[in-house]
Amino acid sequence: MKPFQYTRLSTQDLASGTTLRDSTILAGGTNLIDLMKYGVEKPDRLADIGKLPYAQIEESDEGLLLGALVTNADTAYHSAVKKTYPLLHKAILSAASAQLRNRATNGGNLLQRTRCYYFYDTAMPCNKREPGSGCAAINGFNRIHAILGTSASCIATHPSDMCVALAALEAEVHVLRKGATLVIPFDQLHRLPGDHPEKDHNLEPGDLITHIQLPTEGFSDHFEYLKIRDRESYAFALISVAACLKVSEGKIEDIRVALGGVAHKPWKLKKVEKEMIGKVASTDNFQFFAERLIQGAQSFGTNDFKILLVKRAIVRALNSALNPS
Amino acid sequence: MLNIGNKQTRVDGPQKVTGKATYTADIAAPFYHAYVLQSTIACGSITAIDTTAAEAFEGVKAIFTHLNLPERLKNKVDYTDPLAPPGKPFRPFYNNTILYNGQPIALVVAESFEQARYASKLIKVTYEEKKFKGSLAENLKNASADRAPEPAKNRGDFTKAFKNSDYTIIREYRQSRNYHNPMEPHATSVEYNSDGNIVVYDKIQGVASSLKYLKGVFGLGADSVRVKSDFVGGAFGSGLRPQYQLFMATLAALELKHNVQMVMTRAQMFSFGYRPEVIHTMKLGCSKDGTLTALSHKTVGETSTFEDFNETIVDWSGLLYKCDNVNLEYELTPVQSYTPLDMRAPGGVSGVYALECAIDELAHEAGIDPLEFRRKNYVDYDQNENKPFTSKELKACYARCEEVFNWNNRKSLAKTDPHLLLGYGMATGSWEALQQPASVALSMNEMGTFTIKCATADIGTGTYTVMSQIAADKLGVSLDKIKFKLGDTAFPDSPIEGGSWTVSSVGSAVAAICEKFQYRIFDVWKRNNPEYQAVAFEAISFQDAKLKYGSKTFAFTEIMQQASKDELSIAHSEAPADGQDTHSGYAHCCVMVEVTVDKELGIIKVPRLVNVSAAGKIINPKTAENQLLGSMIWGLGMALREEGMVDSRYGRVMNANFAEYHIAVNADIHDIHTEFVEEHDDKVNPLGAKGVGELGIVGLAAAISNAIFDATGKRLRKLPMLLDDVLEV
Amino acid sequence: MNTNPVHFTLNGKPVKISIEPWTTLLDYLRYHKKLVGTKKGCDHGQCGACTVLVDGNSVNSCLCLLVSLDGKDITTIEGIGTADNLSVEQQIFIEEDAYQCGFCTPGQICSTIAMRNRGEINSEEELKDWMSGNLCRCAAYKNLTKAARRIYKES
Repeated sequence: MKPFQYTRLSTQDLASGTTLRDSTILAGGTNLIDLMKYGVEKPDRLADIGKLPYAQIEESDEGLLLGALVTNADTAYHSAVKKTYPLLHKAILSAASAQLRNRATNGGNLLQRTRCYYFYDTAMPCNKREPGSGCAAINGFNRIHAILGTSASCIATHPSDMCVALAALEAEVHVLRKGATLVIPFDQLHRLPGDHPEKDHNLEPGDLITHIQLPTEGFSDHFEYLKIRDRESYAFALISVAACLKVSEGKIEDIRVALGGVAHKPWKLKKVEKEMIGKVASTDNFQFFAERLIQGAQSFGTNDFKILLVKRAIVRALNSALNPS
Repeated sequence: MLNIGNKQTRVDGPQKVTGKATYTADIAAPFYHAYVLQSTIACGSITAIDTTAAEAFEGVKAIFTHLNLPERLKNKVDYTDPLAPPGKPFRPFYNNTILYNGQPIALVVAESFEQARYASKLIKVTYEEKKFKGSLAENLKNASADRAPEPAKNRGDFTKAFKNSDYTIIREYRQSRNYHNPMEPHATSVEYNSDGNIVVYDKIQGVASSLKYLKGVFGLGADSVRVKSDFVGGAFGSGLRPQYQLFMATLAALELKHNVQMVMTRAQMFSFGYRPEVIHTMKLGCSKDGTLTALSHKTVGETSTFEDFNETIVDWSGLLYKCDNVNLEYELTPVQSYTPLDMRAPGGVSGVYALECAIDELAHEAGIDPLEFRRKNYVDYDQNENKPFTSKELKACYARCEEVFNWNNRKSLAKTDPHLLLGYGMATGSWEALQQPASVALSMNEMGTFTIKCATADIGTGTYTVMSQIAADKLGVSLDKIKFKLGDTAFPDSPIEGGSWTVSSVGSAVAAICEKFQYRIFDVWKRNNPEYQAVAFEAISFQDAKLKYGSKTFAFTEIMQQASKDELSIAHSEAPADGQDTHSGYAHCCVMVEVTVDKELGIIKVPRLVNVSAAGKIINPKTAENQLLGSMIWGLGMALREEGMVDSRYGRVMNANFAEYHIAVNADIHDIHTEFVEEHDDKVNPLGAKGVGELGIVGLAAAISNAIFDATGKRLRKLPMLLDDVLEV
Repeated sequence: MNTNPVHFTLNGKPVKISIEPWTTLLDYLRYHKKLVGTKKGCDHGQCGACTVLVDGNSVNSCLCLLVSLDGKDITTIEGIGTADNLSVEQQIFIEEDAYQCGFCTPGQICSTIAMRNRGEINSEEELKDWMSGNLCRCAAYKNLTKAARRIYKES
């Protein structure tokens, strides 16, 4: 690791905001320290936010407020999450390993970086790691890469499972910006790569994620988190689907589907979901929905299979959500 | 017999569960830490290397590159090791030529690991790149039989027999590259003593190999270097040859006259040997009744540009079934990469994968149950060598596996999930049962504790335990009276721990030295008890640390009080049994698997794996079973998980980590079972024991491939088989 | 030298030091304290060999900066039991032969203890999933699962 200055932040330090602006934020560190050892991240200053007061889960009329510093494991096993948001419970537990979930925080999960092989290898060209150096994945190994919302400069995916569930649940992200709290709808947190794949998200330097607000509706009756991966545990998703349904007399009252492993952000299209309201909850309609959701998908060779697989996965997840076993 | 054959818990268990088993990187000494910078191109040369910034970094003690390698390491220096294949072994820092991506090009030595690692990133390297072809497929034109050893002799007339066969198949099978990846990264800790001598702790499967390399490269005499390796955190072949960390740590220690440790990173564990990618072409023919009439197996494998790595791959096709018309071909082609390396069941696992897939395809063509087909073509002598087997209870394996797996009723098992396709497959497996010369030394102390020394290794196989069991039984003492010591070049010579021959070789030597020592006790007893002068050795026995004669007992400790100091120690060298020459020794197994394939999503799972093995006398069923289960899981990993992804544009492994190079995890393993059938063998070695470390992986990938066909109707003919391979398009 | 203060408890004993901030818990244990029972298998949170207990939870010590563990209670394999006084978990690992080479064993044992501490295992699948954060290249998984099951139920 490149040597750096370390500061343990207290609540008082937050007021000025300077330290945050000049520093890379350290929470659980499960991704940051990993990247620093590879030389992918080379911060001069680390601001450790571990002692800040964002380590609680609070229930209210507006839903559940998850502190950014609560670990993924404490979130998944929280009684309210298990009861009201079983989708989130399942998504978190499908991710990484028990050890990583015990250490990784909710805020950090949102900001974890891609698993692209070429991003991680500093000997390789990568526009995300080194803007302008090129993308080795487009004509290389891209089995784990994106098929939606890609650009000529980047086809990386966001690797989180938790975020896919949060996207489906339409959570909100609370961000402390210049002393005030900014509420960002989940689908506006992450961004597509475009010409600036070095930017994973829309936060600004100095911003601090403090909480994630889950809305009251948790779709606990009809949900599924389907994760397709290369081994039965401890592997990133090739494709994942977070599916939520509300059904009345066989018809769709509400539908939420977010996809992981296919884009630079959890992939979700509100417009396509709205089109489904009132339609019969059937395999045919789910297939139609899947086609619409991944319209324009483009593959790059070794990830060609994803276009077919993601459609099938969407249908499978929706059917499972519809008919819980 | 108290211990042999018993499910004995490991004698080194308490050390392992308390963190007190000291692996190479655990050696406590004030070390400098060494970190290797690797090339980022595969072919060309270094035109400039600027180490100024790195040298100035805090804690850095020295940097070695091709520019400052001591001259004495360049000329008339022997870089070979006992298992070096033909060719020129890699010489670190020899010149500015780049032979493969990931080649060590600089060594940074610093006070801490972190300093060394970061300083290495401050080194600026300029290259001149040359064009190259980075994959086996691109280099097929250069494949040649000249670089490969000759396979077993062809027999009969394959072409004619193939033409006359009722059913024939011609198929190609491909295997990707696999990396060993023991959990313990390769490491060397060098203690530099004030007298200039060094003690080298190395991760190696046999300390003699490290010693040979150090002598050849650094010109060290036997009295100036000692190599030790008490615990090895898995190896699977990666420690059969000394790896570059041995050179690096020793170079730095000798030059800086200081203790130096080098531990590879996980990424660096992908920068040396591997099981090579191979392409098999199989041509098989049989008659209507399923008699195998013609068999041709041709394999092309990758090697490096500087060594001709070879394995015994195609010979297995001439061995496993009766067939009178056999044609075997083996070719190598160089790729811009480091040299491959023997990896768990080298050759056998590759050859038998192709053979057992092809046999299944041919049985299917002929409309014969795959188990029946194999029974029909059973062979009870080695047609390659024209020799009988020392023993072969494969028929019993078939029968028992059939029963345990419920093979005959497999189709009647109900499907529970409508999304899942269910399939069953099987294969035969086999591995050599060899014995190598081995030497041991035994001594007894006044407390009646026996110390047995041998330069062998315990790479997780249970050597400490099994040797103690053998010695305890042969001496008639309890297990706690045996101290088995290994992993030290100060101990008597041993073959490298590999080839599943340690029990056979070292175990036989241990048994023999214990028997020798019985005579020693007997002689001393008679000498000091004139009344028993006439007693024959056969009339006494050894039990409970006592010599028994009739109703009388004499404690070893009491008898040996009368012995001279010299008489308390004994040495022995054991040569391979005669049966190793006159007969062919192999262990055998049958494996059956159940797979499920998700119809729409392609997800492949293995809910059930059954292996039944015939491996002679099993000294410790507890550790043997564990090893067999482990090697079966290796088979699963090879079949469904592991793929060293070399980007041929760069000649670089892109998944050089445990997140993307998928080895099996706990959740991948469901119902898995292994058991042994009785197999009496009085020819293979004096113990009648065959090794089991490699047997379980052989055939397993084929069984899974065959089961996937049974489930889906698709022959994938490649490894690993991933979900995208079975997706219906 | 660039160091930062940190207080914590290590195997029951309070520690107060100032250390370079890039020192991971794993490197501190191995290089500074010579507590080498905790292993470095990948240094990137991908293998679990470095698993220790922090406040009773299993974590990858390779990914924790020591300075970020201020106020925490850290237990390593050396704090769990000794050869003369084996813990229940260690005893079970020996009985079940839940290892081969032994390199991943300290981490595996820590994971079983954390699993029991957490108490959220309701099925064999969940148990195997929990234990999947500890790779075992020898693949002693069958015996590891047996041992983990016993530790979860018996102790």
